[in-house]
Amino acid sequence: MGAAMTPLTDRSRVVSNKKMTLMERIYLPEIVRGLSITIRHFLRKKPTIKYPEQKRPIAEIYRGQHILKRDEKGRERCTACGLCAVACPAEAITMVAAERKPGEEHLYREEKYARIYEIDMLRCIFCGDCEEACPKEAIFLTDRIVQADYLRMPFVFGKDELVEPMDPAKRVDVSKRQTPGVITFKQEKRYAHNR
Amino acid sequence: MLAFFYLFAAISVISALIVVSARSPINSVIALVVCFLSIAGHYILLNAQFLAMVHIIVYTGAIMVLFLFVIMLLNLNKATEPMKTLGTRVAAVLAGGLFFLTLMAAIRHGINITPANEFDPGVGLVRSVGLSLFKEFLLPFEVSSVLFLSAMVGVVMLAKKEKVVVPKDGVEPSKA
Amino acid sequence: MIATAIFLLVLFVITLSVAAYSTYGERKVAAFLQDRIGPNRAGPFGILQPLADGTKMFMKEDFVPLHANKKLFLLGPAIAMVTALLTGVVIPWGGTLTVFGTTINLQGADPEIGILYVFAMVSIGVYGIMLGGWASNNKFALLGAVRAASQMVSYELGMGLSIVALVMLTGTLSLSGIVDYQIAHGWGIIQQPLGFLLFLVCAFAETNRAPFDMPECETELVGGYHTEFSSMRLGFYLFAEYTNMFISSAVISTLYFGGYHVPGLASLGLDPNVAAIIGVAAMFAKTFFFIFFFMWVRWSVPRFRFDQLMNLGWKKLIPLGILNILLTGGIHYLFNH
Repeated sequence: MGAAMTPLTDRSRVVSNKKMTLMERIYLPEIVRGLSITIRHFLRKKPTIKYPEQKRPIAEIYRGQHILKRDEKGRERCTACGLCAVACPAEAITMVAAERKPGEEHLYREEKYARIYEIDMLRCIFCGDCEEACPKEAIFLTDRIVQADYLRMPFVFGKDELVEPMDPAKRVDVSKRQTPGVITFKQEKRYAHNR
Repeated sequence: MLAFFYLFAAISVISALIVVSARSPINSVIALVVCFLSIAGHYILLNAQFLAMVHIIVYTGAIMVLFLFVIMLLNLNKATEPMKTLGTRVAAVLAGGLFFLTLMAAIRHGINITPANEFDPGVGLVRSVGLSLFKEFLLPFEVSSVLFLSAMVGVVMLAKKEKVVVPKDGVEPSKA
Repeated sequence: MIATAIFLLVLFVITLSVAAYSTYGERKVAAFLQDRIGPNRAGPFGILQPLADGTKMFMKEDFVPLHANKKLFLLGPAIAMVTALLTGVVIPWGGTLTVFGTTINLQGADPEIGILYVFAMVSIGVYGIMLGGWASNNKFALLGAVRAASQMVSYELGMGLSIVALVMLTGTLSLSGIVDYQIAHGWGIIQQPLGFLLFLVCAFAETNRAPFDMPECETELVGGYHTEFSSMRLGFYLFAEYTNMFISSAVISTLYFGGYHVPGLASLGLDPNVAAIIGVAAMFAKTFFFIFFFMWVRWSVPRFRFDQLMNLGWKKLIPLGILNILLTGGIHYLFNH
């Protein structure tokens, strides 16, 4: 052993069974000391955030509930390539692909689309690998928090909860997560498939 | 006031009867508590407030609590009655009857029921109780407190753990 | 007569509402001492919380264990509640008010043995806990009841001894007499600092409050004597505890802090009615401070062990109480002769 080990914190105390001093045995001074500590906490500012009214500020690029984007004409961008499901470390994504029928061009951008697209929000770890893997800029994580529920089943989100609404006013803005840096990153050579 | 007297009297007599006739010891104790409370009511009717309160504190609040305490600790909650042989029953009836007879004789000849002097409503108040205790009955009062003191010392002696002195050679000293 | 009846009714309502709001206060104080904010959902700042709690209590199933003694199970909470409420009658909450020519004495009754009456009610209060705990037919409840009994009988002694010294000074057992003495000669805390300390410690034990809440000690006895109680029967026990806390705070204020006395108020020459109302306000302010103090201690000091409790009561408080009596007597003799 070389130099004396430095303690990790300044709070460690060596346990001892030493006899209490007279002042400690009288007990009252110690009680007064304890009371003075608690009353200082009484007057302290409380760190509580009253949740439904107050919300904790979250980062602009917070990774919350997913969204399946539509393009500017309101067509689903997802082509059911399955890269997101492959990239997902928690295996939370499942999908069933289908072929676009004639007359559905206004609904789906590509010839193949996801008939079923499900994310199990209890499995998802919100890492964001799915949006990184997506070649069609279709899936994004947003700053919305997944609502709590009493059952497990409602946490498997289908397309009805995932796909962005048609109404342009209700579109979800993901530009914060699609910064120029992200776009250039995606256009690097080794991500050529993303183009 | 007379109505209150009859009320308290009825409660004390009935609860006293329950004390001796109840099968479960807990019910007995509760009846005794009620009896004591109604006797305290009698004291208050006589304007003996001090006596009434001391009666409640000492008998109801301390002694009966200890009774209840013991009954709870021994778990005497079942209405068990020890077996009594015919002989003990006959003896009990005889003894009770004789005691009753003595009591009757004593009351008939020994105790004058008509009050000797006029009732003084201040007799049970703190001042008069204190004066009679510390003037008239000072000696009996102090003697009884010495009695309590000796009882306390005795209890401490009994409760103290005996120190067993083990000599160095390990042989226990023989008890004399 | 009617004035007294109205006063008692008002006192009853005030006692109950103070007890109800003490539950709210307890939770708020506990929260603030622990850097939280406490109940704040029912009404603004959560002030409707006691109503919500009471409603919950009434709505719950009134459960009686299978082999419980049903009569005593009913009697326990009732005794606890009744004795807790009865004590407030003798406490002088203020001087006298004159309304429409009628003089209202702000004290329900002024028997010359006022302080003994308080003791008597406290000592009957034990039965509520003992009978309830025993009747539940539950080992934990029984242990709680037995603890309550021995604890309260033990600490009544210390409490009585601490009062004796005060009574020696004031020369009266009447609570209003004690307040009058303090108005004339200065507050009891100045004349009886040791007695006040002893009384305070015993008051904690008598109300079964932490650090002496042995009878309900959750860590050892589940819920202690009220383990088996539910719905409003449990509510009565909890209510009785808070009522007791209110009453003992009032008794402490009366005995050692001059009751409704405000120093220097008499020299201002105010209208007697206004002065009386200020006195009542002062009395309640002192009482509320002690309620706060009870809570403050509860959320600061860890619970005693039962043998420590008994040691403290019998080997420390009682000798100190006797010492206090001797000192008081000696000093009194030296100064007055």
